[in-house]
Amino acid sequence: MSEYMLMWVAIVVAGVLAWATKYAGHVVPETWLENPRVHRIAAYVTVALLAALFAVQAFTAGSDVVLDARVAAVAVAAVLLWRKAPFIVVVFVAAGVAAGLRLLGWG
Amino acid sequence: MTGMSVSRLDATRQQALSVSLATGAYAISFGALSVAAGLDIWQTMALSLLVFSGGSQFAFVGVLGAGGTAAAAVATSTFLGLRNGFYGVGLAPVLRPMRGLRRVWASQVTIDESTAVALAQPPEDVEARRAGFWWTGVGVFVAWNAVTVVGALLGSRIGDPAQWGLDAAAAAAFLGLLWPRLASRPAQAVAAASAVVALLLTPVLPSGLPILAAALVAVIAGWPAPEDVEAVPE
Repeated sequence: MSEYMLMWVAIVVAGVLAWATKYAGHVVPETWLENPRVHRIAAYVTVALLAALFAVQAFTAGSDVVLDARVAAVAVAAVLLWRKAPFIVVVFVAAGVAAGLRLLGWG
Repeated sequence: MTGMSVSRLDATRQQALSVSLATGAYAISFGALSVAAGLDIWQTMALSLLVFSGGSQFAFVGVLGAGGTAAAAVATSTFLGLRNGFYGVGLAPVLRPMRGLRRVWASQVTIDESTAVALAQPPEDVEARRAGFWWTGVGVFVAWNAVTVVGALLGSRIGDPAQWGLDAAAAAAFLGLLWPRLASRPAQAVAAASAVVALLLTPVLPSGLPILAAALVAVIAGWPAPEDVEAVPE
């Protein structure tokens, strides 16, 4: 299978699994998911994955941990989030900070 | 329907509309990042239509962009979407009775935003809760998919994604999705530990796996019953 076809398969599988997860929530008897441990772990899985995705996206290149213009960009993003700026503003300003620093030849 | 209840539902619809526009707007960053990660415009549109969950979509292209395999992208996207299953459990009493195609469609638009707006309406007002769910779910779906196209077109017109800071934009997007979930101390601890685990494993595991490994932190943190029940995040 070509890389391109494999990517399509991955997209469709991800879509089906995403929908099946949502559907399952609507149809399973409530008692199945009343277990507090399941609830706790599910809530933490979201936090853990988003934190890991953030760390890898902000501080790695390939298999190396690196500090570059992204560090300044996410620091500014954190301040904006703390000041309750809208999501889209945070994302655009972060891109701008990194792009600006790279234009100046840093990171 | 009395005049009073009309204006009541109007307020819910207005809330749904503003949430839809605000959420739809950031699909521009998803569209651009997806193209920067190597997907074409059709694949980018398919992700928004089929997966339709911001966090999962950013995760999918984020893992690929970092050099991870398609399997790792699917796994990370799916684990991040698990919370949507729990939203369905919370929404079922509001949307009941529901079957067939309606349930298929309701499932597709069961996301952070539609759940939040539905459950933000008064608990005794089932009509407003339903209106909040459907108007937000369908509103975000339309806006998100339309703006994804714009983002993908923009993304395909720029050369080096790093020159435009798109890698930093992706990091900021994950931080923005994470931020509202960091209200409690345990959540902050899980986030910090997961980030450290992912970074420590990055040099030794293939791309994509350090992120999945961080999910183990969640299992370890969630296993024992907490002393303070209020501390567990929603």
